[in-house]
Amino acid sequence: MEVAAPEPARGGGNPLKNMFRMRETGLIAIIVLLFAVMSFASPYFLTWVNMRAMAMAFAVEGVVVVGMTILLISGGIDLSVGSVTALAMVIAGWLFLQGVDPWVASGISIASCTAIGAFMGFFVTRIGLHHFIVSLAVMVIARGICLLATGGRPLGLYTLPPEFKFIGQGSIGPLPLVIIIFLVVVLAFDFMLRRTTMFRKVFYTGSNEKAAAYSGIKTKKVIFLTTTLCSALCGFAGIIYMARFGSAQPTFGIGMELNVIAAAVIGGASLSGGSGTIFGAILGTILLSVVSSSLALLDVSVYWQDIIRGSILLSAVSIDHYLHKIRA
Amino acid sequence: MTDDVILKISHVSKSFGAVQALNGVDFELRKGEIHALAGENGAGKSTLMNIIDGILQPDSGEILLDGQVVRISSPAEAQKLGIGFVHQEISLCPDVSVAENIFMAATNVSRAFLTDYQALQRDAGVILSQLADIDPSWPVRELSISNQQLVEIAKALTLDCRVLILDEPTAALTEKEAQVLFQIMRRLADRGISIIYISHRMAEIFDNCDRVSVFRDGRYIVTHKVRDIQPGTIVNAMVGRMIDNLYPAKMTAAQTSDEIILKVSNLSEAVRFNGISFELKKGEILGFAGLIGSGRSEIVKGICQLEGTVTGDTWLNGQKLALKHYSDSIAAGMVYLSEDRKGDGVFLDMSISANVSALKLGQVSGPLGIINTDKEDGQAEKLGHMLNLKHGQLSDPVSSLSGGNQQKVAIAKMLSVDPKLIFLDEPTRGVDIGAKSEIHRILRDLARSGVGIIVISSELPELIGVCDRVLVVREGSISGEVAGDAMTEENIMHLASVLETQKKTA
Ligand SMILES: Nc1ncnc2c1ncn2[C@@H]1O[C@H](COP(=O)(O)OP(=O)(O)OP(=O)(O)O)[C@@H](O)[C@H]1O
Ligand SMILES: [Mg+2]
Repeated sequence: MEVAAPEPARGGGNPLKNMFRMRETGLIAIIVLLFAVMSFASPYFLTWVNMRAMAMAFAVEGVVVVGMTILLISGGIDLSVGSVTALAMVIAGWLFLQGVDPWVASGISIASCTAIGAFMGFFVTRIGLHHFIVSLAVMVIARGICLLATGGRPLGLYTLPPEFKFIGQGSIGPLPLVIIIFLVVVLAFDFMLRRTTMFRKVFYTGSNEKAAAYSGIKTKKVIFLTTTLCSALCGFAGIIYMARFGSAQPTFGIGMELNVIAAAVIGGASLSGGSGTIFGAILGTILLSVVSSSLALLDVSVYWQDIIRGSILLSAVSIDHYLHKIRA
Repeated sequence: MTDDVILKISHVSKSFGAVQALNGVDFELRKGEIHALAGENGAGKSTLMNIIDGILQPDSGEILLDGQVVRISSPAEAQKLGIGFVHQEISLCPDVSVAENIFMAATNVSRAFLTDYQALQRDAGVILSQLADIDPSWPVRELSISNQQLVEIAKALTLDCRVLILDEPTAALTEKEAQVLFQIMRRLADRGISIIYISHRMAEIFDNCDRVSVFRDGRYIVTHKVRDIQPGTIVNAMVGRMIDNLYPAKMTAAQTSDEIILKVSNLSEAVRFNGISFELKKGEILGFAGLIGSGRSEIVKGICQLEGTVTGDTWLNGQKLALKHYSDSIAAGMVYLSEDRKGDGVFLDMSISANVSALKLGQVSGPLGIINTDKEDGQAEKLGHMLNLKHGQLSDPVSSLSGGNQQKVAIAKMLSVDPKLIFLDEPTRGVDIGAKSEIHRILRDLARSGVGIIVISSELPELIGVCDRVLVVREGSISGEVAGDAMTEENIMHLASVLETQKKTA
């Protein structure tokens, strides 16, 4: 009831910080617990090789999770991430096989994915369609293009120069470059999302689009840009995958959208917009990935893995909903 | 009114984290009475109503209905017990028709498996028609706020309730609509239905209620029979001190200036308004009156490029404006306080600080566009203090504030940009008497320091008390102007409703 005394160092400007802090701590606790259990269950689990393999597995997908989280905060969603990532590989790989320099091919490929994002953004903000429908259509179309261009077979890129393959396969010291790229992307976007005016507008728009417009924010532009950014990051991820696999796989990333959305939501992003953090979403990614590799190590069938992943998503969201209710 | 107590609240307490919203509160409601609840913003009125309606559970204390202790676990439970609640904030489903919104509550309590839609539509139609001329088949989002509020009330009336709670229902209504509501309330009371009526407007309490209970800082203070007391008694009990002058002194002749802050010439919009011309002089507070739907909000929204495609010319401090988007208007120093706080005034799930800074993030950030959270908090702290905002922490979401305090956050947001001109649409909606006169005083100070102030209000006493001059809008054009002694409710209502050509009263 009392008028609060000044409270300088609390960082109150950060939206819903308290709640996220609570959630992130919870996620870290669960991940640590899982590590502890697994290190007993399998001697192989805590080895450097396994850690590295797990990190490689979620690092590239983590780049896509970043884009998805930002889009979710602005109130959108993108089902096409898996197909667009595959399309990025196919475009770059196909151009390379036509004799284009791999760096140039990658540049063109990322630009094309960005254009796809802009295309979706146009349909959402100008025509007024829902993100869900537009990205569903693009998901199918992009996959179709992948299959059409390759005849459904992977493009082997055996002649990729080693400097290019270095992006996906090289290491600097003990750290794989992929993980370094991942860390840079995550840290950069985490900071920007928390602290820059540009990304604060994303929160305003997702929290209450009309109130954002009444605060002079060009909400359509914000939504257009977040949609475009998400696809651009998919393009970037696709190139890293291509460098890592040394091939372009038209069927890559089927079902990826579910994983990515689940990770963001487990990490605190809301499907109705206005909340979410990169840090939380990455913890969500790590959790899902650790669970998958643990189950694989324990020889649990892939079918069970899906069931378990789905259940984790459901429980995370339910617990969240429940905590919300208690707080209210 | 009889003396049998129908609802009794005994020693109820409720806290939200560190905030003690209710502290051992007692309250008694008798059969067939209209019982007003008064108290400053954040006194705990809505919290108590939420407890009676089962939305919140008390930390301790009891609720007795007809002398029996009851535990009300949910609003559905409350409905079964015969409790109807019209919330302070409108909570309708915007995309669904008026009729379906009204059914929603009714179908909820019905025990039958199949709903008799025809009967419901008929009932809904009958109840709506006593309140206003609203087509039940329209989607709610098409309605004005006042009509939405009337639908909320109709929704509660379709329930067969014994206790009806109205939390600031008139905040969004025009004078005339409010009068209709009061007649209905009296009819219900005569039928033995008990009504709890929350309002910050003393006149309404004194004209329409039987008893009044006062809350302060989460405590129950006193209950009086309305006819035994004067408004001053209530106000003193509410704030714990005397408030003498409700409205600040007006501009004196010596303060008048020829300097013009805003000049609008022949402003028109396709359908909403036509040929609007007026001037705002430095130091004066200009009012806009008119019935809901007359176009007064649309005109000011048009001036600052929030809505509609507008033709005509505007000058701010002698500079001709060429605005393309509302953000240009903010940059030029012209801001608009929305009448719909929940819909477009605040970001409910974001922090107080983030709300206050939303108009101009550049003010709290460095050259690289990096937000300085200390600066952001400092800004919210300073403006919150100036407006006497009651809050927990600045990082709390705005949804945790009482209605009136949310309004103060919306006002702080406007003031954060050091505006040259502020359009305030219903600036004191839901704000308590103390804070209201505080806001009026701030507006007067701003005007005196050279900031242009234009106030839109449905509350005529407010316009008359605060403004130096009032323009009356009718059907999208200015039907007249009143100033000085001619500023009376009769004159304004006359200009607002009667068909008559441009008429100037000085
Ligand atoms: N969900 C919540 N979380 C935290 N604090 C809350 C919550 N709901 C209400 N409060 C606090 O409880 C106190 C009482 O609020 P309440 O809404 O009952 O006031 P009120 O008397 O209805 O005021 P008003 O006239 O402004 O509507 C306020 O200080 C408010 O900030
Ligand atoms: Mg209230």
